[in-house]
Amino acid sequence: MSVHLQREIDKLKRDILTLSAEVENDVRAAVRAVENRDAALAERVINREARINAMEVDVEEECLKILALHQPVAADLRYIIAVLKINQDLERIGDLSVHIAERGLYLRGLPPIGIPFRLGEMADKAQAMLKKVLDAFVSLNEAAAREVCAADIEIDAINLEIFQQVRKSVTLNPALFESLLQVMSISRHLERIADHATNIAEDLIYLVEGRIVRHTAEVSDKSEHGRDDAKAPAPGGLKEG
Amino acid sequence: MNADVKIEVRNLDVFIGNTRALRGVTIDVPARSILGIIGPAGSGKTVFLRTLNRLNDLTRGFRATGRVLLDGADILAPGADVVGIRKRVGMLFALPVPLPMSIFDNVAFGPRLAGTRSRRTLRQIVESSLKAAFLWEEVKDRLNTSSLRLSGGQQQRLCLARVLAMEPEVILLDEPCSGLDPVSTARIEEALAELKARYTIILVTNNTKQAARVACNTAFFLMGELVEVGPTSKIFISPSDPRTNDYVIGKFG
Repeated sequence: MSVHLQREIDKLKRDILTLSAEVENDVRAAVRAVENRDAALAERVINREARINAMEVDVEEECLKILALHQPVAADLRYIIAVLKINQDLERIGDLSVHIAERGLYLRGLPPIGIPFRLGEMADKAQAMLKKVLDAFVSLNEAAAREVCAADIEIDAINLEIFQQVRKSVTLNPALFESLLQVMSISRHLERIADHATNIAEDLIYLVEGRIVRHTAEVSDKSEHGRDDAKAPAPGGLKEG
Repeated sequence: MNADVKIEVRNLDVFIGNTRALRGVTIDVPARSILGIIGPAGSGKTVFLRTLNRLNDLTRGFRATGRVLLDGADILAPGADVVGIRKRVGMLFALPVPLPMSIFDNVAFGPRLAGTRSRRTLRQIVESSLKAAFLWEEVKDRLNTSSLRLSGGQQQRLCLARVLAMEPEVILLDEPCSGLDPVSTARIEEALAELKARYTIILVTNNTKQAARVACNTAFFLMGELVEVGPTSKIFISPSDPRTNDYVIGKFG
């Protein structure tokens, strides 16, 4: 590899790792803002969206520049392609953190629901998946990436459970409709974050092994486990994740 | 024998003096396609290429074991018709070697030597060969001028036309673009892309990007050993052997 290409790839590596650290922080802050009904923290997450977007654009431009000027092949090529895709997933996770923070703000004005949803557990699991896959990306650990793919099933199951709980609660207690919608929405956003973590895991497996494992039985398939219409239709009028 | 395989190489060992230049090379060369051969200097690429039309015979201390089957017949076997093999397996070298005569006579040289006398037939051969080498349009009005007045890129295409005039079945190219500018290189590559429909082409190149552009399959040689061979896209996207990866990304070589 030429010194020039190596230098560009090193810079790209630093940039994508910075972006992933920022996004990870945002998810954590958004979840905490909801849990603690912390408006200031929620606002902070919302205000950081533009910064994440700008970082995403920078990383993409870096990738395009490397492709155009260096025409990398083999492991280098797979790295650039993986970064391009992971970059997009990270930006989407950033958006989802903002959506969660917004739901948090909205929930603050509503009466407490008093129903034990497994939202906290789901948030922990989704964050753990994200952390694990980003660590795996740093150490190029495809075995850990496979575990992340497998973990997505649990998140999907909790999301389905919350959906069923919400549906039941709405009929029993229509006055809580607004709050329940917010809960449902947050659950769906967390489930989408886990999906994006799974995407990153699949891209990582591609990067390391050179094999595209998406849509194969080898990893949990989001189209089977995470189909929106199968379990959790997005509430109308709310921002999509 | 597989009908789609033009050349089958089995356990080919080549020694030059005491040096083992090739180590147990086994490879199938598919018919009517381009096999790119890449590898660092001294990896045995050229020795391998020159073994395929017995050009190494004249190298002092050359000794080969194993089998090289051209359409099923072993070209290394004692009594093999070497002249016949070289007619069927043409070769283009790194430096163009035009003969000091006219463009026309360069291309007609081989057919004349093979006994073609008819001026009309020779003209047809010269025209079709120059067209196939993507040179006709540039020289059709000056076929009688000296080949030495052509540019390097044109001279190389003239040499390609001279190879094609003998209607070979296999064309061996040993870094045919090493001394050429990007435009001349593109011309040669265009010609190869057309020629692969009719010929079996083996292209040794130090320019891995060239193999990526034109070869259907690519083989990686290292220290006389065939490390890996496969579809070019696989070699350049996800090679199986880490040594191939390191070479194509430019870590060594």
